[in-house]
Amino acid sequence: MLAKRIIPCLDVDKGRVVKGRKFQNIQDVADPVELAKRYNEAGADELVFYDITASNEDRDIFLDVVENVAREIAIPFTVGGGIRTVEDIHKVLRSGADKVSINSAAVSNPEIIKKAALKFGSQCIVLSIDAKEVAENSWQVYINGGRKNTGIDAIEWAKRGEQLGAGEIVINAIDADGEKDGYNIALTKAIADVVNIPIVASGGAGTIQHFADVLKEGAADAALAASVFHYEEISIPELKDYLESDAITVRSENEWK
Amino acid sequence: MIAIIDYGAGNIKSLQFALDKFHLESELTTDPQVIRDARSIILPGVGAFKDAMDALSELNLVTVLKQEVNDGKPILGICLGMQLFYEQGFEDGSWEGLGFLKGSVNRITDTVKVPHMGWNTLTAHQESPLLKTIADNPYVYFVHSYAVGGNFEADTLVASAQYGGTIPAIVKKRNIVGMQFHPEKSGTTGIQLLKNYGELI
Repeated sequence: MLAKRIIPCLDVDKGRVVKGRKFQNIQDVADPVELAKRYNEAGADELVFYDITASNEDRDIFLDVVENVAREIAIPFTVGGGIRTVEDIHKVLRSGADKVSINSAAVSNPEIIKKAALKFGSQCIVLSIDAKEVAENSWQVYINGGRKNTGIDAIEWAKRGEQLGAGEIVINAIDADGEKDGYNIALTKAIADVVNIPIVASGGAGTIQHFADVLKEGAADAALAASVFHYEEISIPELKDYLESDAITVRSENEWK
Repeated sequence: MIAIIDYGAGNIKSLQFALDKFHLESELTTDPQVIRDARSIILPGVGAFKDAMDALSELNLVTVLKQEVNDGKPILGICLGMQLFYEQGFEDGSWEGLGFLKGSVNRITDTVKVPHMGWNTLTAHQESPLLKTIADNPYVYFVHSYAVGGNFEADTLVASAQYGGTIPAIVKKRNIVGMQFHPEKSGTTGIQLLKNYGELI
């Protein structure tokens, strides 16, 4: 049976992981490769790397990171941040990434999703949506790191993304992000109900129960989180044990022991 | 040396890294002579069925692949690479495949989410050296929208997964092996599967 996925997310700036410093038993907590190995060993099903590097000249450092991660770990990973052109996508895939996540660039140029899906296959094109609630059960798409409202309805945008050829959607609830009060179940479910591609919930994880809630009630196929894993507030093996006891199918522990 | 056919834009580096883990030497290539000299061929999966067949044709690799496979050289197809082994693909039209195996490639039913993406369990259908030391019902990583069916030969099925029906996951006929999932992305299980393949060649 297809398992629900647990996905740690790492922000990378100039080739170094941002906010990873509380890790114990690891020599270089800012090294993306070391952290990726650690998450892999703990049973993460996938990883996401966001390149938050501001300048273009530092992008090549990130491509080296991608290649080194691919060399060290044998689980899938997605790369996002600063992806604007089909050539950008080509570069990260050639460096060893399995999927590419596109956010702001897709809003200004939806054709990039279509072109990339035709060229590389839908399976590696992820549409990442930052959404904010503007009225009850109504969400709009924000871009530029959540600073700019596009006025586009998030549910409609998700449907459009599927039509354009995205193979997966990451839905990040801006209101919930960093609050640790739980994922936005209503938003996640609203999108899961209207598309037939996998949905990754993002933003708001604080407790183990939050993961269970969004994977069940939110109908998400995967749950993404950053700080609860970075700061070791939640351990992935414990999380998976809990989900399993709650009748949620997860990749079993003996796979990585 | 294993020749990994480098005919597109996808992530094939990971495959080479996976083989490196147990010191199986490989080379990314489109050179017919390198392919002829190799002791095995791996056909990875990138993009769509038609584009992949077109790319192989443009690189003049269809004939060399057919010759080598008919001469008994071991070949492993991964994901789309496995799908190309079949007679026909119905991805956005109807296209001729390499025809090494009987059957066709059809879209996964819309009663489930497509693509089939994530970790799913394998069920073994026969004993096979490919499954040596692999645990029962291991998880492996799938990412695909099309699957093998049609007049597929049941006795070639080594393992399957359940997703809107039975998905052929590992197939084997003589020197031909196909894996619908990505062994290079399937953790220690995937590495072991590749290692098992490596021992057959």
